[in-house]
Amino acid sequence: MNAQTPIPAFHGSGLELVGLSMAYGSFDVVREVSFEVRPGSTTCVIGPSGSGKSTLLRGINRLHEPKSGEVLLAGEKTSAMVPERLRQRIGLVFQHFNLFPDHTALDNVALALWKVKGMPRAAARERAGRALAEVGLAERADHRPRDLSGGQQQRVAIARALAMEPEVMLFDEATSALDPELVKGVLNLMAGLGRRGMTMVVVTHEMGFARRAADQVVFMDEGEVVERGSPEELFDRPRSPRLQRFLSEVL
Amino acid sequence: MDWLDDLIRTFFDFSAMAEVLPQMLAVGLANTLIISVAATVIGLVLGMLVAVAGISTAPWLRIPARVYTDLFRGMPAILTILLIGQGFARVSQSIFGPSPYPLGIIALSLIAGAYIGEIFRAGIQSVDKGQLEACRALGMTYARAMRLVVVPQGVRRVLPALVNQFIAIVKDSSLVYFLGLLVSERELFRVGQDAAILSGNLSPLLLAGVFYLVITVPLTHLVNYFDQRFRTGRRKAAPVSGLKELDELDSGSPLTTGSKA
Repeated sequence: MNAQTPIPAFHGSGLELVGLSMAYGSFDVVREVSFEVRPGSTTCVIGPSGSGKSTLLRGINRLHEPKSGEVLLAGEKTSAMVPERLRQRIGLVFQHFNLFPDHTALDNVALALWKVKGMPRAAARERAGRALAEVGLAERADHRPRDLSGGQQQRVAIARALAMEPEVMLFDEATSALDPELVKGVLNLMAGLGRRGMTMVVVTHEMGFARRAADQVVFMDEGEVVERGSPEELFDRPRSPRLQRFLSEVL
Repeated sequence: MDWLDDLIRTFFDFSAMAEVLPQMLAVGLANTLIISVAATVIGLVLGMLVAVAGISTAPWLRIPARVYTDLFRGMPAILTILLIGQGFARVSQSIFGPSPYPLGIIALSLIAGAYIGEIFRAGIQSVDKGQLEACRALGMTYARAMRLVVVPQGVRRVLPALVNQFIAIVKDSSLVYFLGLLVSERELFRVGQDAAILSGNLSPLLLAGVFYLVITVPLTHLVNYFDQRFRTGRRKAAPVSGLKELDELDSGSPLTTGSKA
């Protein structure tokens, strides 16, 4: 790597979930979830499908409104914030990328800078170009999503979220839809963000990544936090039968 | 072979056609296009409002949109045109003057709005939910996300259906003659019909039919062409190896190569 390039550091904010509950109608999906994410740390959320992990992420940025409980961002109650302002401070990367198919990679990144952040268009495109360069896609700025591979699309999506200068990044199974040879590149990119001080909550099925990059691992099942601790604690010394069973299936 | 001569005189009386041709062009074609285009433009605006209201979660928007669509899509066009054209004649007189022409356009627009609204709604609802979610996650309001991202994608998908709707409006514009148009306001059908009475055969109406086909047939083929292009799209020239992408990552930026530091 080119060592002379200074790597700008992020200033991630802390996140705290306090008794967070979420429901679809009368169906409780997340029940009384509490944990803390220290500024600049990475928390991986693991668990079987249907355990409420993705819903939990959507509660943090209020894409799905929580039923009860509270999320604190840098100590502030998110329930009291305007949702649109809150979401500008928290980036979210989706399993299926959700890029805008009729926009180029560059315009995918620039759109919200221009229309939401209110930057002048030229400045928005300039920053978008830098964000794409950061994820190794400067050459592909003019490509439409359908002309990019899954891995490239996901890196555009990460650039799109990063360009908004969020304090926290959420990843919702960001590598689950990728071809196997492209997974590592995206995971390395995510790990790099973590090392540069971004606060991250990562819902993932990549146990290798969780072990390597997480400061804290949260195991969820049936909407509840079953076990929580360092990667070593959870992967090497799982206490609950449910986590033992889960790990025996995925490792 | 009397019957053959008879048929030829009925349909292919070229002198009668030649006689009506200038009127067909200057009056009939012009008015048909004015009525159709005006009704389509107003119908597009109405249709977009109805579509957006129809997918709203607010009942006070959704229910009126539904009722409007059911009403104007469910009644025969001729009935709607007559009800509006005659029912509102008094009101129209004080605004537009004695001509029923504007009311005809309004009636056609209301019908078009109902159909176009359903076309737009289907298009907008066919856009993947993830698009709206991505916009919202970037801090856009619902309205802005719809306007900037979701609606444009939905509209692009239904362009062929919209062209079909325009063809239907062109044909329905002939019904406006029921309201009794001034001589200068007659559209293709009415010009043909008036001339047919004078010539005593159907040749002028056949000519009117030819004019309708000249408008609609090219559009039909345009739709097919569009449809084809939208379905196949522009594909990338050749498959790209996933391994090439790994080189791209390795050669790249501080972030992507971070793990090797």
